[in-house]
Amino acid sequence: MIRRARPFGSGSLLVYLLALVAVIVTLGPVVYGALGGFRSNEQLARDPSGLPDPWVFSNYTAVLTKEAFWRYALNSSIVALITTAVAVLFGVMAAYPLARYQFKAREPLFMVFVLGLLFPAAVAIIPLFILVTRDLHMANSWWGVALPQAAFALPITVVILRPFLMAIPKELEEAALMDGASRIGIFWRLVIPLSVPALVTVGVLAFVTSWNAYLLPLLLLQDDMRTLPLGVADYSSEHSSDTAGVLAFTTLAMIPALILFLAMQRRIVSGLQGAVKG
Amino acid sequence: MIDEDVDTSTASAPLGGATPRAVRRVAPRPVGSGWRQRLEIAFFVTPALALMTVFVVWPVVAAVRMSFYRWKGFGPMDDFIGIDNYRYVLTDEVFTDAVTHNFIIVFASIVIQLPLGLAVALLLDRKIRGRGLIRTIVFVPYVVAEVIAGVVWYQLLQPESGVIDGLISAVGLTPPEQGFLGTPNLALATVFVVLTWKYLGLAILLFLAGLQGVPTDLYEAAQLDGASWWQVQRRIAIPLLGPTIRTWCFLSMIGSLQLFDMVWILTGGGPANATTTMATYLVNQGTGRHNYGIAGAASVILFVIGFLMALVYQVFVLRRDTAVER
Repeated sequence: MIRRARPFGSGSLLVYLLALVAVIVTLGPVVYGALGGFRSNEQLARDPSGLPDPWVFSNYTAVLTKEAFWRYALNSSIVALITTAVAVLFGVMAAYPLARYQFKAREPLFMVFVLGLLFPAAVAIIPLFILVTRDLHMANSWWGVALPQAAFALPITVVILRPFLMAIPKELEEAALMDGASRIGIFWRLVIPLSVPALVTVGVLAFVTSWNAYLLPLLLLQDDMRTLPLGVADYSSEHSSDTAGVLAFTTLAMIPALILFLAMQRRIVSGLQGAVKG
Repeated sequence: MIDEDVDTSTASAPLGGATPRAVRRVAPRPVGSGWRQRLEIAFFVTPALALMTVFVVWPVVAAVRMSFYRWKGFGPMDDFIGIDNYRYVLTDEVFTDAVTHNFIIVFASIVIQLPLGLAVALLLDRKIRGRGLIRTIVFVPYVVAEVIAGVVWYQLLQPESGVIDGLISAVGLTPPEQGFLGTPNLALATVFVVLTWKYLGLAILLFLAGLQGVPTDLYEAAQLDGASWWQVQRRIAIPLLGPTIRTWCFLSMIGSLQLFDMVWILTGGGPANATTTMATYLVNQGTGRHNYGIAGAASVILFVIGFLMALVYQVFVLRRDTAVER
């Protein structure tokens, strides 16, 4: 995105000062958590806001050598990957006819997805719990959490993807149609490759949402199947006196989503922008 | 060719005869529409609709049904009690307080987070060094899981041993004895502060994205006419940001009504129900006490409130945007 300089462009000292305050307030708790993990409980108790002195690495190594941590991380990854794959594939498939075909039910069908945005997972959570555990026998499994999460991620996926698919030049598809390609062939060989940037945006959103999810995994997953947020919450309540350990655990649990976000930042921003402009 | 030909056809409507739309529809499509097109649409849309039906629509319908029964979660659901669950929920002070808390958060978000987010976005829209980095940083809390952010803030807010109490003592004030989360009068406000920390970055990012759509010429013209920075922001930037602001308000309202994770971690709804929300209430009634019928009624009420709010907002506020922009 090319941006010309705005008038009133140069920042004054006050602007920098305010920006600094914003940065400190934003990063403060995160940095506190990361640094706190390098301190001992005794250091934390003596001076809650000090720097590590000396630096203690045992909290982090203790978490990293804990088998449970890796199992939770593995569960989080697999659940998030399944959620993302299902939401992106089904989402782009649904968005395609909504963007490209002319049929009577098109707008009503799109409204179904828009309305889906309004359904908080909390409303459906208890029947969902009963459905997954009793009827589908998928309690305590990766798919049991990933499928409902994908279903709840679908509305935003479709809403973001539709305008993007509309913007793909129609001439490309027309040419392929002339050459005798089928609609479904065009979808796989033309539309999917062309929409990779948008798919990455919705994919990252679905992944981060799933990685961070709490309520549904809380109800559906026990013991070895738990995900990192559940592990963090449990660890925090079980080892409430081991503040440094809790902080090390939380810091490590934050890292994957942060890295993914930093790597994909641009695309998330442009995706959100598209969503806002509808 | 297939799509969005409405605009072009009206714009270039010829004098009588076949509209270009009709011509264009026939020409480039080798395969006729009809059953074949219907099959293709079904192929593309069915997986998503099936998934949503099973995991979104069905559970919501089941919640509505459940709300008319007295059911503890075991045995058949056969004790139909009509609207008793609704009567119970609506007269339960804990629930009505929860609704109040949700609305306080909705209101506070718009009154406090909106101006704050707007101010930071307008500042960051200026050409300053490290703008990209700052923009990334303010978005970091949004990426951190609510639960994980909650756990860190919980530590920060611990009475005595927490950093916040330390900072407050350092400037010569006395922190509340039970801590910010343990004092009923302060707990909800504290939760709101943490939520603001977590979600302000999203507002800033959306507003910055919206500001990029404001043509630079407008600023230049205004500046040539001698307008001050603030006048330009107030008369040009903020009005043009209208659609983005209204969309943000909508997302924020829906999010505030659904508030769960942060409250659950920070206070669990306490102290003395001072921070219960509709979502913590229904989870507590459902999975905590196995009053599934009551939980069902609470979720139906939560949905109806959200739906009505969305409807009113759509009719009175968002309609302007769709009318103007399309």
